[in-house]
Amino acid sequence: MSITTIDRPSPLPRAGEGGAPAPGEGAPFTDRVPSPGPDGPPSPACGRGQSSTNLEPASGENAQDLRALYEQTGIAEVLAQLDDELIGLAPVKERIAEIAAYLIVDKARRAQGLRTGAPSLHMCFTGNPGTGKTTVAQRMADILHRLGYIRNHQLVSVTRDDLVGQYIGHTAPKTREVLKKAMGGVLFIDEAYYLYRPENERDYGQESIEILLQVMENQRDDLVVILAGYKSRMDVFFQSNPGMASRIAHHIDFPDYSADELLEIANLMVSRIDYRFDADAASAMRDYIERRMRQAHFANARSIRNALDRARLRQAARLFRSAMKARSGDAGREALMTIEGRDIRASRVFSNPVTATAER
Amino acid sequence: MMTNYGNRLTQGQFSFLPDLSDAQIKAQVAYALHQGWAVNVEYTDDPHPRNTYWEMFGLPMFDLKDPAGVMMEIDACRKTFANHYVRVTAFDATRGWETPRMSFIVNRPVEEPGFRLDRTEMAGRVQRYSVHSYAADKPAGERY
Repeated sequence: MSITTIDRPSPLPRAGEGGAPAPGEGAPFTDRVPSPGPDGPPSPACGRGQSSTNLEPASGENAQDLRALYEQTGIAEVLAQLDDELIGLAPVKERIAEIAAYLIVDKARRAQGLRTGAPSLHMCFTGNPGTGKTTVAQRMADILHRLGYIRNHQLVSVTRDDLVGQYIGHTAPKTREVLKKAMGGVLFIDEAYYLYRPENERDYGQESIEILLQVMENQRDDLVVILAGYKSRMDVFFQSNPGMASRIAHHIDFPDYSADELLEIANLMVSRIDYRFDADAASAMRDYIERRMRQAHFANARSIRNALDRARLRQAARLFRSAMKARSGDAGREALMTIEGRDIRASRVFSNPVTATAER
Repeated sequence: MMTNYGNRLTQGQFSFLPDLSDAQIKAQVAYALHQGWAVNVEYTDDPHPRNTYWEMFGLPMFDLKDPAGVMMEIDACRKTFANHYVRVTAFDATRGWETPRMSFIVNRPVEEPGFRLDRTEMAGRVQRYSVHSYAADKPAGERY
């Protein structure tokens, strides 16, 4: 399990700063929870007074300025960042923009005192490996936090191992432990279809699913669950768990990348770590991608990253060998940065027939 | 104790006030979590003032960010031990403190019989005093 706290705001000053803290010092005795209203929509009367104050334009008129809300919450930055960092994925970006728009409108409606049901925010990301599901989940946590639909800016990423126990009575506490840690943020369950194993009827995964469902239903204000997995296996998972399917409002399918997009991703990846392709390497990379795509175990962007890692390895070996031979040992800045065509062409992808299965 | 109306147990924070509502408990827990303290849920049916160590309900909750998780645990404990005392403590692991920094009761039995004062005559007219919980006369588990 990994807990990513992207940015932790400190809403209260820490005790001990400025003066000695009194022993047993507690929070001021107050009825108010210091977090954006988890108690559902305020009644129309108090909605006008409280929650709308910081949303309205200064003139105090009734109209909700959606644009101002959009800019104020910084959603534009997140969406722009998403656009920059993720190549392709047009349908995904569209869906996320839609969800963001829906949440902004929902917020504006709330501020106007209109009745809104708590929006169901649980999502399911389906797609082949390496299509950016985890990255998008992190951005999603960002968006939800900025709009105040989750209280903590954190994404807890878990797999079956973290939820399901090994013997009777082990699963429930384990799942609850994870849920408690994820409360107030986003729980990202990777390879969620592993939770349900139809071939073993005594599998404890079902117990975990039941606890999850209960929390997903009853504590919608406290937790957003994002499931991720391969499309076909998630479909089977939902067929056998109709309760889960009906509680997930947003199904987002991640398409595979095209060869052009993968090349763009490769360029982005190398430039981010201060490498670059020379002209020969660029065309070699294109060749590589086309061959690799037709081979087994192709994992989209992840395969590209692995290929680049190996190319860097070969580049290092090449520089080292030539330095040993030349006895001068100098490597210019340019040489250190450049990946040449032969670093890529040395890959086994080029020598193996197209049907080969090994990813090398 | 004699002057304490209804024999309400007064231990920890806020115990002279009316019982905290869930929203108030949530606010207190949120404060503890923001300080980086680990929150625990404990219960007992022997609330003698010298009984410092109550039974823990589950493990201490490290790494929590949000009070909703603690509320889940408090509710589970109240359901299991509806007629026990349940308290929430917040443990500060900072070097130099390493001690509970907050402790307050979140659940109490319907009937609180209270305590009596026992006087024991010792040698030379010396009096020894001790506090005795009426509830503790019954065996554990049937006290409230």
